Amino acid sequence: MSERGLSWATIFEFANPKRFMDVSGWIIPWLAALTAILIGSGLFLAFRVPPDYQQGDTVKIMFIHVPAALTSMMAYGAIAFASLLGLVNRHPLADVAAKTAAPLGATFTALALITGSLWGRPMWGTYWVWDARLTSFLILFFLYLGYIALWNAIEDEVRAAKAAAILALVGVVDVVIVKYSVDWWSTLHQGESIFRLGGPLIAPVFLWPLFLMMGGYAALFVLLWLIRIRTEILARRARALLRHEV
Amino acid sequence: MTALSGLDIEALSLWRGERMLFCDLALSVGAGEALKLEGPNGSGKTSLLRAIAGFLEPRAGTIRVRTNNGEQFAGGEERAEFVGWLGHQDGAKSQLTPLEALSFYARYYGSTACVEEVLQLVGLSRLGDLPAQYLSAGQKRRLALARLSLSARPLWLLDEPLASLDASGKALVAELVAQHCKDGGLAVIATHEPLGFEGPRLTLGNGQT
Amino acid sequence: MNAFFALLIRDIRLATRAGGSAMLAVVFFAAVAALVPLGVGADLKLLGRIAGGVLWVAAVLAALLSLDRIFQSDFEDGSLDLVVLGPLPLEAVVLAKMCAHWLTTGLPLTVLSPVLALLFNLPAGGYDALIASLALGTPAISAIGAIGAGLTLTVRRGGLILPLLILPLISPAVIFGAGAILASLDGLANGAFPLLGAFSFVAVLLSPFAAAAAVRLNLQG
Repeated sequence: MSERGLSWATIFEFANPKRFMDVSGWIIPWLAALTAILIGSGLFLAFRVPPDYQQGDTVKIMFIHVPAALTSMMAYGAIAFASLLGLVNRHPLADVAAKTAAPLGATFTALALITGSLWGRPMWGTYWVWDARLTSFLILFFLYLGYIALWNAIEDEVRAAKAAAILALVGVVDVVIVKYSVDWWSTLHQGESIFRLGGPLIAPVFLWPLFLMMGGYAALFVLLWLIRIRTEILARRARALLRHEV
Repeated sequence: MTALSGLDIEALSLWRGERMLFCDLALSVGAGEALKLEGPNGSGKTSLLRAIAGFLEPRAGTIRVRTNNGEQFAGGEERAEFVGWLGHQDGAKSQLTPLEALSFYARYYGSTACVEEVLQLVGLSRLGDLPAQYLSAGQKRRLALARLSLSARPLWLLDEPLASLDASGKALVAELVAQHCKDGGLAVIATHEPLGFEGPRLTLGNGQT
Repeated sequence: MNAFFALLIRDIRLATRAGGSAMLAVVFFAAVAALVPLGVGADLKLLGRIAGGVLWVAAVLAALLSLDRIFQSDFEDGSLDLVVLGPLPLEAVVLAKMCAHWLTTGLPLTVLSPVLALLFNLPAGGYDALIASLALGTPAISAIGAIGAGLTLTVRRGGLILPLLILPLISPAVIFGAGAILASLDGLANGAFPLLGAFSFVAVLLSPFAAAAAVRLNLQG
């Protein structure tokens, strides 16, 4: 095989994702529409919810905070799953999926932290009280940052993928332990006044907007994720082409 | 030293990251043979040696060692116990003296060889108690040779063994390799320079087929 | 077995010689502990209360300092290749290095901690818990730290991202460790010790596998 011949082998390595590109290509517009509908209707209903007797209008931050927190956990689960697939199956798409989900997950975590802090301000009087759940999310945020940093620190893409996969799997085991330990810790220090950020979620008038927003966030995450995966695949193809022009 | 009857490589395809080094490589080395590996820098000599040693997973193909008992080992970590490695770096810990380093390796590899004798063999007897950071590059290379011969492994993989050695050092390498082959060992040696004896050779170039 | 101890002793020897990491960790530990009262003020009651937490954090940081050398120095001079080609499976090699790290970092810190706790005016009831929690928890730091060290082996200046990887993972140890000291100061039933012990046990048991996978990955060059 000639030098040129070898180079095309690299690109055809990625030919499999062609199917992914086709399918994702037609999913994305529909998904975008669905996301807009879900979030739009969720916000609409959220604004029409009557003020809570305890928290007033600030309870509405919950509709932004809770779905963000859930999506951030979902993203980490997705990364762990993709990492496992990548290690076991060695499919390059799994690695790309894990890598691209991380900044999204980190952003949703940051959103959850900020909105959680804002939500707590009127109740607690300060922006941060080391509430058990927020603290767990703070640690999760650092896990995300470490994961992203590891991807960026290792130059060889293949090796970076495997290292990040190991970290994600270790992290997923650890994050369960962290959650438990933070809960334990917060009862040790604040036995009396743990204000659960959950709030009163029983009335149906709260549930509908919440579910819509949760669905909308999930759809948004998948939408952005698919877009990022496509971009990454194209970037790799471009790099492969460039390398063989030299 | 468990005796090997041969090393066989078939249809080997090796990649570094996203770059292919070579594909469909085949070679065979029998007991008592020393194969010289040649080729320009970047052609994959070191990677091939690392693949044989089991550090680097090949993309395709098999690397197999055959023992005199008729057993075969094709897995990377299984081959490790047969490999005597001499890489680019000397593996010398700067805070340890040659005597300490060799005693460690003797104990670690389970060798019964006498450490002082091996030091004498490579000409470092006088320097046995000097921490390695004070040794010259050539002396560290001799220490590495001492360690190699101590390990009593049948398959020697040498990556540029003659680097930083003077004429007597190079003669020492040739002697050690010759003795090793006479004792029934095998060697694969990547080098630019002449080894001082004739033998089979393999050239890696651009796109080996 | 012989090979395992040979490796363990070699690593201990390397860490305790000049230029090794043992002295560094101990000095750093003391320095951090001494720095806190400068920052926080000399209120003895306050210091006594935060002593456990401060010493725990200082211990983690001191251990982190020497962690990135656990594989790196052998990797750089080529001796990691030689060690890996030896009779031990890579998991055992990693375990030996983790033990050497603990013996030359975690253990000295544990021994030094009561002396530093004196500087913090730790109430009498806390010393036993301090020593026990550090003794029980520092192995987890060496274990989980080894995973991070393995992952960052080929990263240039990997020591910078190592803390970011390790600290979230190690937070349960800090929580339970410092919590155990506080609980004993307050005379409360100490549920923290079993939790800390379990965490360390699981960490030491499972880390060699993850760390070995990481090292194996980075040897591919």
